[in-house]
Amino acid sequence: MKLHELTSLIRSKNAGPFSLTFDIMFSDARAYEHVKASGVLNPVALAKLLHCSPNQIQFFVCDNALAFKATIPRALPAGDPADGDLHGGQQFAPLMEIEIPDLPVK
Amino acid sequence: MPVKFLCSSGAVGSGIDLPSFREGLALGPDFVASDAGTIDAGPYHLGAGTGAYAYEAIRHDLDILLGEVPRGTPILIGSADTAGGDPHVERTLDVVRDVVSTRKLDPLRVAVIRSEQSKDYLKKMLRQGRIRPLENAPHFDEDTIERSTRIVGMMGAEPLQEALGHNVDLVLAGRCSDSALFAALPIKRGIPEGLAWHAGKVVECGTLTCETYRRGTMYGELTQDHAIITPLGRDLRCTPQSVASHSLYENGDPYLHRECSGTLDLTHARFTQHDPVSVKISGSGYVPADQYSVKLEGVELAGYQTVIVGGIRDPFIIRQFDRWIGEVKAEITERVSKLLGHRLSPSDWRIDVHAYGRNAVMGNREPKLEELPHEIGLVVCLSAPTQELATKIAELSRQPLLHHPIPEWSGSITGFACLFNRAYIERGPYWRFCVHHVVLPHDPMEMFRLDIVTLSA
Repeated sequence: MKLHELTSLIRSKNAGPFSLTFDIMFSDARAYEHVKASGVLNPVALAKLLHCSPNQIQFFVCDNALAFKATIPRALPAGDPADGDLHGGQQFAPLMEIEIPDLPVK
Repeated sequence: MPVKFLCSSGAVGSGIDLPSFREGLALGPDFVASDAGTIDAGPYHLGAGTGAYAYEAIRHDLDILLGEVPRGTPILIGSADTAGGDPHVERTLDVVRDVVSTRKLDPLRVAVIRSEQSKDYLKKMLRQGRIRPLENAPHFDEDTIERSTRIVGMMGAEPLQEALGHNVDLVLAGRCSDSALFAALPIKRGIPEGLAWHAGKVVECGTLTCETYRRGTMYGELTQDHAIITPLGRDLRCTPQSVASHSLYENGDPYLHRECSGTLDLTHARFTQHDPVSVKISGSGYVPADQYSVKLEGVELAGYQTVIVGGIRDPFIIRQFDRWIGEVKAEITERVSKLLGHRLSPSDWRIDVHAYGRNAVMGNREPKLEELPHEIGLVVCLSAPTQELATKIAELSRQPLLHHPIPEWSGSITGFACLFNRAYIERGPYWRFCVHHVVLPHDPMEMFRLDIVTLSA
């Protein structure tokens, strides 16, 4: 199944003008644990999807927030004439499509 | 004694919810605070010296704050008018003056803290090796400082504490850490720093920390042992997860949050449901820094822009769009160099094409470049050192966009649907961020100017 079928919110946003941060959030602890156990979300896979090198990505597993987080350098600073997303709010779409093994039936 | 506080709204100008704000005031807060800005608004406002909120919106919120909060309860406002530069502080102060005189308020004692940095000071600190880069920082040297339009320092809790020591009704600060507005007074009263900073971090975006985002007011209570965060307003609820999640928002690291005097460490923070809508926080740590540091935010003028907006519907152009736009750009470049070459070298100007429907939003990271849309929207931005030159380049761009030929059609084509007549919009100046560094000052106050003024009706 697709990652977005299990999450409550997938978002991106600037973390300052030179970094971009992605939050993958869950409201269901079972879905979160399932994705965590699958190992599909990891720095190497996310770096590939987000077009940066694995040593540029910071990756966090946040159990108390039921969330995964990744932070990467911005390709261009916020407000650069070639940059099309001032707030970095629309950069998450590729994450929605990440394939996750089906959640087992209870 | 617990320290109690209210966050009036996520930002001054975003709209205070009066019923829940009054409910909060009835709880007897020790102070009321709100930030009024963010670097997230982009480089423009810092450069232009203007704010992102309408005057009427800022006046609406300040009118409520100054009219409703009882004297003796200090109000703290930071990052005045979006960017926190001196003109931003000035304009906010004008609104405060207006409210005081319109409402015929008792004389108001205001501590004004300005955070704009002088070029001489920054050059001196750079020479002393007291300016250090943050992650992904651009190159920064004396020329950068000289070229910059405006650089502000982001103050921590100390200048606010100094201001509060003058027994004022209102602290109006230039660029300021949002959390510091909420941490300053509790730390002064002996609340542990980790809890004070963490509570500030949780409430500074207003009700964004709740399960569902609705209008309301955030209330906090701090003791030696824990913080309790309560949303006031209909259908608002905080849960351990919603509060824990909020520390992810707009931060690169969900656990470690750098401030001037140290780092808020949430690694061991615990969140529990205190009552149906409130969350109790404990275990938040604060690690003092070896060296006090103040983050700089600054911009330089990048040029002026003129913009052409239009679209393409011809499937023949769309299926070879990258080649077509490449050729159009080459034709524009040739015309600019032929007709304006005596005034513009190639590095003086630029053309940026944002192709909506293709990759305008994600650029090179767009994974779906192979899917052809039936229509592409184009925003063509021409940038040059003056508005006059940017517009001349736009005038030279119109014909290539309209009539550049493709092999599938013979004869004259019109391949670009122009949205406007005249075809271009003059967008004015634009700025770029030129600094992402910290200063290591000798003293927390040396970068900030504190003035106490009394405003009378």
